[in-house]
Amino acid sequence: MDATPMIEVHQLTKRYAGRTALADISFSVARGEIVGLLGDNGAGKSTTMRILAGFMPATSGTARVAGHDVFYDSKEVRRRIGYMPENNPLHNEMRVQEYLKFRARLKGLSRAVTRERLDAVLELCSLTDVRKRIIGQLSKGYRQRVGLADAIIHEPDLIILDEPTIGLDPHQIRMVRQLIKNLAGSHTVLISSHILHEVEMTCSRVMIMLRGRILASDTPENLHRLIASKGQIIAEIAAPPEELKLEWARMGEVEHYEVAPAEGLFQRCALTARPGFDLRPQIFALVQARGWALRELTRSRHSLEDIYMQVTKPNEEEEF
Amino acid sequence: MRVYLTLTRRELATYFVSLTGYVTIAAVALLCGLSFWVMLRTMGTMSFQVPVTELFFQNPMFWFILLIANAVITMRLYAQEKYSGTYETLMTTPVSDLQVVAAKFTAAWLFYMIMWLPFLGCCYLIQNYAQQAGALDPGVLISTYLGIALFGAFFISFGAFASSLTVNQMVAAMVSMLLGMAVFALGYVAGPGFVSGPWRAQVLSRFSFFEQMREFAHGVVDTRTVMVLLSLAFLFLFLTLRVVESRRWK
Repeated sequence: MDATPMIEVHQLTKRYAGRTALADISFSVARGEIVGLLGDNGAGKSTTMRILAGFMPATSGTARVAGHDVFYDSKEVRRRIGYMPENNPLHNEMRVQEYLKFRARLKGLSRAVTRERLDAVLELCSLTDVRKRIIGQLSKGYRQRVGLADAIIHEPDLIILDEPTIGLDPHQIRMVRQLIKNLAGSHTVLISSHILHEVEMTCSRVMIMLRGRILASDTPENLHRLIASKGQIIAEIAAPPEELKLEWARMGEVEHYEVAPAEGLFQRCALTARPGFDLRPQIFALVQARGWALRELTRSRHSLEDIYMQVTKPNEEEEF
Repeated sequence: MRVYLTLTRRELATYFVSLTGYVTIAAVALLCGLSFWVMLRTMGTMSFQVPVTELFFQNPMFWFILLIANAVITMRLYAQEKYSGTYETLMTTPVSDLQVVAAKFTAAWLFYMIMWLPFLGCCYLIQNYAQQAGALDPGVLISTYLGIALFGAFFISFGAFASSLTVNQMVAAMVSMLLGMAVFALGYVAGPGFVSGPWRAQVLSRFSFFEQMREFAHGVVDTRTVMVLLSLAFLFLFLTLRVVESRRWK
């Protein structure tokens, strides 16, 4: 495989009249990676993607896709990407297979290759049943898959999907997510989302954007570890609250504890351990020794949401 | 070339999958028929020394059709795609701006020519039922259609230009209609009492479209008119191309 990164962005800035959409961002994406761009509306995700897709120029800075500059070598770049814009615009009056054929021909596929690829993507995106239906009459889930099929029909090196799961029901989201996972390996994928769970599920790397800047860029696991020291253990134990409090105070590894009554005789204890300690075996041993009943013992994993809130917090305070 | 043909085919097909295409054709057929009926009534009362096609273009129906139908045909070309967002998916495929501009123009112009087929039917009727064999000269018919095609090319090119400027189809239609009327009116300014002087009157008289169309319908092909119309069409196509390119200007 070629060693040049699939995406190289260097000090990219985009200003619209009086407003900075991207402020001097730099990043690179290796071949085969699935990278998620995470951020609120207006964080600069779509702008980044539009520039990478060659739809509009940056104010300053450079962006390269597979070694080609997106501004000076736009056509070469566009040949190598499959781009699905936000809200997935489609020609509503066309039939599914007619539309995909049209798009494949626009992307320069020959008639024979088009036929072959059409069957492949219809199959891959489970669109075979609706291939003769008019796009305007399809449900949102199907429309989204038509958009995805269009993005991958010419087997691009880089697939750029702007909010691919927006407005879908959970079942459809799972389907789209599976589809994206299947693309991993053979393609490089750049996804944007403001749903944190989404990128956490599919991406090998997450970039958090806020107001045109990249705040953090790491694997979901590493981002977790970033604040894992603040992870909590939840234990529900049937025991007198005073005794529980005494035990937690005695346990050296517990940094902070809270005990609150739950239903029945149970008490819900939220424990924060010192960094690097796992309290769960000790809790289990304690419960066993005292003969108490234990009905829950979990470690609450921080979702990206917590990370996101934490990373974005200082900036928000700045404004208000 | 392949991309150009693919795009042209899709653009042309769009007219026929929506109601607008059929409504336009029906409206033009109605106006044509009306014009034809008026002509037949006049012909029944007196005799004429001019070709039938010229009679046809002596009433202003043709200009109604050209000014209104052209706006209806061209308003959606760019505005509709920009509005629905498909412009973005189109422009991020490896197509060149020139291919897009050329394909959209070709499709609109082809639809415009299809729209003029009912007129051919009127001519056929005359030839079939007229007592004289020379009621309709094929040469005159060809020059008439050349005039229709050239005026269409010009009007459609600036309709496309108007559409490329905006995301709103109504705005596009209004701009192209107003622009069309303004250009059409220019020819009348050249008349005596308005603008005189050697070169100004001469320049403006090149815009007397009504007279020029009558010449075409009479069987006279004036190369000056052909050149003016072709250059105007190319001018507006060039401007459209610049508007499409401007998206990439820094």
